[in-house]
Order: sequence, then structure tokens, then C-alpha cells
Amino acid sequence: MELLQQISDQLEKGDTVKVAELTSQAIEQKLDTRIILDNGLIAGMAVVGKKFKAHDIFLPDVLLAARAMYAGLDLLKPLMIEEGIPTIGKVVIGTVQGDLHDIGKNLVGIMLKGAGFEVIDLGNDVTPEKFIDTAITEQADVIGLSALLTTTMPTMKKVVELAKERGIHGKTRIIIGGAPLSSEYAGDIGADAYCFDGIKAVECVKGFVGIN
Amino acid sequence: MRPKVEFLTPELKQRIISEARELICKLGIEIHNDSVISLLSDHGAKVEGQRVYYTDDIIDKSLESTPDSFKLYDSMGKEAVDLSGYKVNYTPGSAAINILDSNTGKSRKPTSADYVRYTQLMTGMRHVASQSTAMVPVDVHERISDSYRLYLSLMFCEKPVVTGTFTIEAFEIMKDLQLAVRGSKEALAAKPLTVFSCCPTSPLKWSDVTSQNVVDCARYSIPVEYISMPLSGFMAPVTLVGSIVQHTAETLSGLAITQLTNPGAPVLWGGSPAIFDLRYETTPMGAIGTMMIDCAYNEIGKHFGIPTQAYIGLSDAKMLDAQAGLETSMGATLAALAGINNISGPGMLDFESCFSLEKLVVDNEICGMTHRLVRGIEPKNDFPSLPHFEELLREGHLLISDHTRKHVRDEIYFPGPTIDRANRSRWEEEGSLTIGERARSEVTRLLTEAEPVRLSNDVKNEMTRLITTEANKLGMDKLPALE
Ligand code: B12
Repeated sequence: MELLQQISDQLEKGDTVKVAELTSQAIEQKLDTRIILDNGLIAGMAVVGKKFKAHDIFLPDVLLAARAMYAGLDLLKPLMIEEGIPTIGKVVIGTVQGDLHDIGKNLVGIMLKGAGFEVIDLGNDVTPEKFIDTAITEQADVIGLSALLTTTMPTMKKVVELAKERGIHGKTRIIIGGAPLSSEYAGDIGADAYCFDGIKAVECVKGFVGIN
Repeated sequence: MRPKVEFLTPELKQRIISEARELICKLGIEIHNDSVISLLSDHGAKVEGQRVYYTDDIIDKSLESTPDSFKLYDSMGKEAVDLSGYKVNYTPGSAAINILDSNTGKSRKPTSADYVRYTQLMTGMRHVASQSTAMVPVDVHERISDSYRLYLSLMFCEKPVVTGTFTIEAFEIMKDLQLAVRGSKEALAAKPLTVFSCCPTSPLKWSDVTSQNVVDCARYSIPVEYISMPLSGFMAPVTLVGSIVQHTAETLSGLAITQLTNPGAPVLWGGSPAIFDLRYETTPMGAIGTMMIDCAYNEIGKHFGIPTQAYIGLSDAKMLDAQAGLETSMGATLAALAGINNISGPGMLDFESCFSLEKLVVDNEICGMTHRLVRGIEPKNDFPSLPHFEELLREGHLLISDHTRKHVRDEIYFPGPTIDRANRSRWEEEGSLTIGERARSEVTRLLTEAEPVRLSNDVKNEMTRLITTEANKLGMDKLPALE
């Protein structure tokens, strides 16, 4: 698959124009939509992810690659809808009530998007109700909670409890992150995972939706 | 001559300032607090929704009314911190999420008992002039965890306190605790006891809570330090100059809120910027670029004649290791040479999120060394030299000469027992202790020497009543046991 390899290579270089061109070619050649997606775009992003983790490339390179990926993805979107191919996963993300720290949450959102997930960002100071309501109406696969303050982290527990009450706990996975948190805390409150950074969050969400 | 370090030429300073002024006048500042917006608009700022366009007039007026210095006084009313000129003072890093447990060496959440040990230890930190509310104890209701820290600090250590609130409501009780110590609003204004950290949100924004804190502090003449945090390459331009422009803009925007509320209220031109480490997704305080931004924005503050503050002289290491030492000393040395007036850092590890009592004791020595450093090299009865050398040749040494005895203590800085100055044999005989072990025994020694705070029982009881009332409102029927 010469063409798909080229898509992947150009995506790695962050060349938005070439990725769009090559994706159009692939569509014209009537390649399978799923294959263009998996072996071209997602494959390229996987290489980028690995290089980033190894510090061969920096975050700006990842973001440029992600932008290039979306140039291709936008062309595939109509076909995906037509053929009933779901997006790889949907994540509702936000910083919990009372907390205004959103830099880390934003970064995680950017990286999840970069990995091909649909991300609904609720911003900061988000109430438990808003998290759960949105997750339900959007049929999200994962809810991502951020807190940076000792004083706001207990709010996460309220979100988990509300998820139980509304019957989505266990179905919609809940991941948490931020400086005061830990795996133990995630365990204690019944969240599904704690992720210490964006790379980890991408790995974790991929695990939940069954992509390796 | 006081040794100094400088990074900005006069031309570059001017340019940075004029660019920053343009930012807040043309691009404006987003403010999430209606009364602060009205305040600025009453003074001629144009407002569109939450965006406030400052004017040159507002900026000039605020700069004009800002005091060029102020002092902090301990709870007994004695002068403790002089924030003027190139005077250098240290205060511990603040609001850590975790403490490095002395016994296990692991990071964990702090309790009130940890906090009391910390604040008692602060009394013995000779080179750290004020205390800060250094950790957030988790065994009280989260809604009083800010005011409760201040309560403990005032109950167990007399030094002034660098602190801050987490909510708008907490200001009230934190102010009342101070009024209990000083007796009246006027007495508190005359002798400030605390400094409140108030953070704009980069880029170019003020939240409801923190802008309200600025206003509330100004009303009581409680000093504020603005803590702008441009993160270079992420939430700020990647260049150091670009980050300093952003810092200047955000800090000027806060200065106006204070000065329009109460002209002449004391403030510190502070901050906690950091470069952004794109590889690890972190905000390193021990990065050389971070330290350079700190020193440089301090030059901007000095240019305006406003006393300065910075989070510098701390480390991102996870334990008391060589990285902790090197980052802390590099930062403290640069900060002292730059003449940053209040240096927030000692004791802190892990991106401002983990506090260590042992590190505090080691850092106290670093602070002592830098205090000596900035006193520089001055002749002290050195000239003419001939008599000293005649004496040396005659006696064979100068150990007991008048000149030695007169100057030995101020000329040579002798660190405490945490710094190893023994020869190898003696060091081995004393147990071949590491710096961590020496610091640990120093912590224990200083804690056994801790004396009760000399405030009257009436004042202490009033503070306890205030905080207990708050705790009761939140459903806590009693406060944690402290020893
Ligand atoms: C930048 C910063 C701010 C900025 C925030 C700007 C913004 N738009 O977010 C400003 C200046 C506004 C700010 C304000 C305050 N801050 Co602040 N702040 C920080 C600082 C220095 C860095 C945080 C940061 O952005 N890091 C960079 C990002 C990339 O990292 P991150 O947030 O950790 O996120 C990563 C991971 O944690 C994880 N992650 C994060 N979220 C999520 C979510 C999910 C779903 C997943 C999977 C992963 C994940 O992935 C991210 C990417 O790697 C921290 C120090 C620290 N050690 O964290 C203090 C810190 C968190 N702040 C602190 C304090 C006290 C405050 C204030 C209360 C100060 C005051 N009195 O005004 C206010 C709080 C206002 C409020 N109600 O929220 C304290 C907290 C103390 C405590 N014990 O709770 C800290 C620890 C500093 C300190 N020691 O004083 N702050």
C-alpha cells in the first residue's frame, strides 16, 4: 500500500496539503474507508506518538501532525457517516467545579484529539451534573476529569457517585488527572484510571475503546 | 559595591513596557468580576462584555500611587522583612499539595500535625525572614483549608506570613485572624502581617476569585503579590522577552485593580513564570530559562520603583538530592544578585507541589550563603595593610589578632551543621552521614527547641474561636489534634 504509507509519512511531517491530496487520491482509487483511516491516518499518528514518547520529536510536531491528520479525516468524514463507521471514540473532558486550572486539561484534550478521538471540552469550573448530562446525551465513551487543587479534588468523587446514580458507571469510563491525584485516589473514589500526562491519557483511552 | 546581575538593557526595558501597555490597552484584559469591571470603567476604561481596555491614564495613575517599599512585621509587632531597594528576603515556597515524609522518604498528603511541625521549625530558620502557608493540610474541611493554615501559622510561629485564599469567602476570616493579632484595621495597615498571593490567569485574564481577592486586600491595605505565570512556548511566547512582555502586561493589569481601589496600598511585583518543557508536559521551576525570566521581570519592577517577588530558589527534584541542591542554589544565587526583594522557594520540590522540612533546613543555609554573597567585598580596617602583615610575620598566625576577632563573624559565613565541613576522618567518626541525615537530625533538634508564640492568651483564644466557628459551620465539631 504505497499510497497509505505516503499518507502516513506526510502526516508525520505535518504536511496538511499533501495529506489532504493523498487522502483524496485514496478515496478516488476507491480504497476501503476503514483502511485509509486505520493504515494511513491512524497509523501515521501512532508513529508520531511513539516518537514523541521517545523524545525524538516535541509536542509542536505532534500538534502539526494532528492538524494534518484532520485534513485527511475531514475528507473521510462523509464516507464514514455513510458507511456507519463510528469515530474511534468520544471523550467528554473538563476541570471540576471550583477549579480554574485548565492548562493540563487542555493539553490532554489536544492530545486525545490528535490521536483521533472526538473531544467535547466543557471548560473549567464544571459541575458534576454537567459532566454526566453531557456524557449521556453525547453517548461518550470516556469522561475525563481534571483537578489541580487539594480543595477541589473531592468533587471528583461526586461525579463518580452521580455516574452510578444515573446508571452509566462502568459503561462510560472515568479517568482523572492533575497534580494532587494518584492511582490510589482513583481506586478509592471508583474512577477507572488515573493518568499522569497526555501520553498516558491517550494510551489509556485507546485501551478502553479497544485500540492498541 | 553590591554585586548584581542584570539581563535587560534600558532600551529593552522600555520596549517591553511599551509593548505590554499596548497589549492591555488595545487587546484588553478579560475580567470575570463585575465590580472590578465597573471599577475600571469608572476610571475611563472601555468595556466590551468581560473585556476591559485599559488606558494610559489608568496605568500611569496606578504606577504613580504604588509605594516604592514597605515592611512586614511579626505577630509581636517587630519589624521582620524590609521590602525595599535591593534588599533580599526569603520565604518558603507555598501551598504544597504534598509533604516528603521524613521517615519514609515518600511523598504524601500533609496533615495539621505536619503543618505545626513546619511552622515551629520556621522559627529556627535564621535566614528565612517570613513564613508562608507552605502546605495544605487535608484533615480539615476543604473550605477552610486556606484559613486554617493561616491560623496554625499565627498560633505556632511569630514570623509574618505569605499566604493566599482559595475562595472569595475565605478572605473574611483570614482578615479577622489578622485583626485579632493587631487589634484594629488601622494597626494592621500600619504594620502589615501577611502578603496575599493573587494570580491572574495567563493569558491576560483575571478570574472572579483572584481579582476579588486583590480588591479585598487593597481595602484593608493587606499587601498583595501578583503571581503572573506565563508558560513560555505554551501559554506565552516561547522567547524569554515575549514571556516578560506578557508578565508585565498581566502584572500592570493587577496593579491598577489595587491602586484604583485604594491608592497607595502596598504590593509586590511578583510572579511564578516557567518555561514549558514540551517533552514532559511540565512547568520546571528549576529551569535556567525560568530563573532568567524571574530576574528580568524583577528588573521591570525595579524600573517602576516597585518592590519585587518571585518563585525562584526551588527545585523540581522529587527528593533531597543533588538536583535539589543545584537548582535551589542556582535560583537563590541569581535571585539574590538580581535583588529580588521577597524570594519564595525554600523547602519546595516537585514543581511547587511537594514540601520537605529537611530541604527547608538545607535551603536555609543556601539563603545564608547568598545573604553573605550580596554584602559583597568591602574593606574592613584592611588599609593600610602593612601592620596586619607585620603582625602575621611576628606572631606566625592571625588567629587571635584584634582584626580577626572583630571581623570573623561578619566577614566569613559559617553554615550550620547540615553543611559538611569536617575532614574525612571526623566525618566518618560522626557516622558518615549524608546531607539528608544531617538535615533530619537538625529538624529534630530545632523542633525540641521550639518555644510557644508569645501572643496573649486572649488573642490566641479569639483566633481559635474564629476558626472553630468556621469549622462548625461546615459540620466539623472539632479541630484536628495537633501533637
Ligand atoms: C499554572 C498554575 C496556575 C494558573 C492556572 C492557569 C490555567 N489557565 O490553568 C493560575 C495562575 C490561574 C493558578 C491559579 C491558582 N493556583 Co495554581 N498553579 C499552576 C501551576 C504552577 C502549574 C499547573 C499547570 O498548568 N501545569 C502544566 C500542566 C500541563 O500540567 P498539569 O496541570 O499537571 O496537567 C498534566 C497532568 O496533571 C495530567 N492531567 C491534568 N488534568 C488531567 C485530566 C485528565 C482527564 C487526564 C487524563 C490527565 C490530566 O495531564 C496534564 C498534561 O501532562 C501549579 C503547580 C503544579 N505543580 O501543578 C499551581 C498550583 C496547582 N496552584 C495552586 C494554587 C494554590 C492556586 C490558587 C489557589 C492561587 C491563588 N491563591 O490565587 C489559584 C486557584 C484558582 C482556582 N480556584 O482554581 C497550588 C495548589 C495548592 C493545593 N494544595 O491545592 C499549586 C500546586 C502551586 C502552589 N504550590 O502554590 N494556578
